Amino acid sequence: MNNPRAAEGAVLVARNVSKAFTAADGSTVVALERVSLEVAAGELVSLVGPSGCGKSTLLRLAAGLDHPTAGELTVGNEPIAGPSADRGLVFQDPTLFPWLTVRRNIEAGLAARGQLRRRRREVDEYLTLVGLDGFADAYPHQLSGGMAQRAALARALVNHPGVLLLDEPLGALDQFTRMRMQDELLRIWAARGTTMLLVTHDIDEALYLSDRIAVMSPRPGRIDRILDVALPRPRHRNDRRFLDLRSRLLEAFDLTCVEPAPASPPH
Amino acid sequence: MTANVADPLPRAAAPPVRRGGVPARPVVAVLAPVVAAAVALAVHFALPDGQLAPLSWLDSLPSWRHPYPVAVAAVAVGAILAAVGQAVLPSLRSAVRHAAPLVAGAVGLVIAWEVVTTKLNWLHQPFFPGPDEVFGAMVEDREILLESAWHSLWLLAAGYAVGVTAGLVTGVVVGWFPRVRYWAMPALKFVGPIPATALIPLVMTLWKDSFPCAVALIGFAVWFPMTILTSSGIANVRLAYLDVARTLGAGRFYLIFHVAIPAALPNIFIGLFMGLGASFLTLIVAETVGVQAGLGWYLRWQQGYMEYAKVYATLILSAVFFSTLMTVLFKVRDRVLKWQKGVIKW
Repeated sequence: MNNPRAAEGAVLVARNVSKAFTAADGSTVVALERVSLEVAAGELVSLVGPSGCGKSTLLRLAAGLDHPTAGELTVGNEPIAGPSADRGLVFQDPTLFPWLTVRRNIEAGLAARGQLRRRRREVDEYLTLVGLDGFADAYPHQLSGGMAQRAALARALVNHPGVLLLDEPLGALDQFTRMRMQDELLRIWAARGTTMLLVTHDIDEALYLSDRIAVMSPRPGRIDRILDVALPRPRHRNDRRFLDLRSRLLEAFDLTCVEPAPASPPH
Repeated sequence: MTANVADPLPRAAAPPVRRGGVPARPVVAVLAPVVAAAVALAVHFALPDGQLAPLSWLDSLPSWRHPYPVAVAAVAVGAILAAVGQAVLPSLRSAVRHAAPLVAGAVGLVIAWEVVTTKLNWLHQPFFPGPDEVFGAMVEDREILLESAWHSLWLLAAGYAVGVTAGLVTGVVVGWFPRVRYWAMPALKFVGPIPATALIPLVMTLWKDSFPCAVALIGFAVWFPMTILTSSGIANVRLAYLDVARTLGAGRFYLIFHVAIPAALPNIFIGLFMGLGASFLTLIVAETVGVQAGLGWYLRWQQGYMEYAKVYATLILSAVFFSTLMTVLFKVRDRVLKWQKGVIKW
């Protein structure tokens, strides 16, 4: 990467990771089967796939909120034993603490780790970074969806995580806000060099953002193939190569053949 | 990145004050209490008395110096000042226009009360004294009434504090630790619904002094709703809040005290309200059986002497007392839960 601050990212590795859940009726559901993935330091990798393919499960395992049934996950060569401030997590629902103002939400990670007194002044930088300067004292219910999601992003970033895990972070936003937020995400990623693992339903989003795209399939969840997105940034959504990759990705999901043959796509 | 920003700050700075049912004609509304007070005085002095009042300290006063007409006159003067005040100061306007019809309505009820008792004697002595006697009794016994109220407040505060503290502790422990919950919930469901007053015979054996007995009773009455609502609030905290907090580096202390408890606060406040209601009931009963002071005790004592004017005086003071405490708790709630979107109004 072509910037001086790109030093924060850590390598995230999943080796033959399987995860099975026991359902209420006692049967076993295999959410992930022998999944292996290596995300390089400072790399942005997307996980795409239909519902039930285990994308979110993989993310929760990487966060340390769940433990794999088999296999292992490491961050910077350290095995993942539990949740840690080194691995930030942002959900589709911003999940801001509604009882705290935006500023206090962003401070939460520092407060939880007893670093608030020393690092309080950094919080203003993060408010600026995500464009919420004027809203430091607003409560979450007063924010729009995009603003809340930016606050959630700042709350994760203030911990300087080596890996940022994003579970459909822009999925609930309208199209315009989402496209702006994608640029926002890229800006932060470029400035910080944080390793990012992004779960998304949106193929265009994956193509626009990622270095690589891991295509997953369900029952049991596994990674079918990994697609390199060797396009320079900033990317253009109507660029020919972008559209070529897009149709390759759709083919990977067998989505091209459900379209009626004679109709041309509306571009 | 600020183009999509819906500016929330005006909403935060000046919440729209919705006062439902404010009359459309402000002049009539604002002057209504003055008119009502004038009617009350006219009824009081012009209509002949149909009820024979018992002897009291009031007999030594000229009738225009009795507390009741003085109070009505004070309402009239206050209403005139408020009417003038709201005409001059716009900041008073909405509050005065909101309150004036209510004051007029209250005066109207007192007029009706005087008419059916003192004036027409449809309701008889000694059980139904008129406002003149009840206001007289309030002034006559003001010292002992205030002392009783003070004593009640002290007892209530002690019992409520004990119950709230115990309820918070057990509620958090039961709500947070599933294993404790497994063992404690059946016990709670078995013991908790017992009315605190049913435990009077038991509690009386624990202390010689009646004060700690009453504190324990009130504490028990408050403890149960506090425990149940706190524990259900803690147990039902959205898991996503806890997950996010853990990925931010939160340990168990932070999870309990900075995530679970704040998230459970709306529930905890329901427990505080239910506990306050239960504490009022238990207070009055405890004071009528064991404790030799307080509003409940005074009420029972005056009932024994058939002094119904004083019974009503005590009831009115108790209503003010309890209602004030309830209002204080609502104010605290509004302040603490100001982060919530829609809250129930008092």
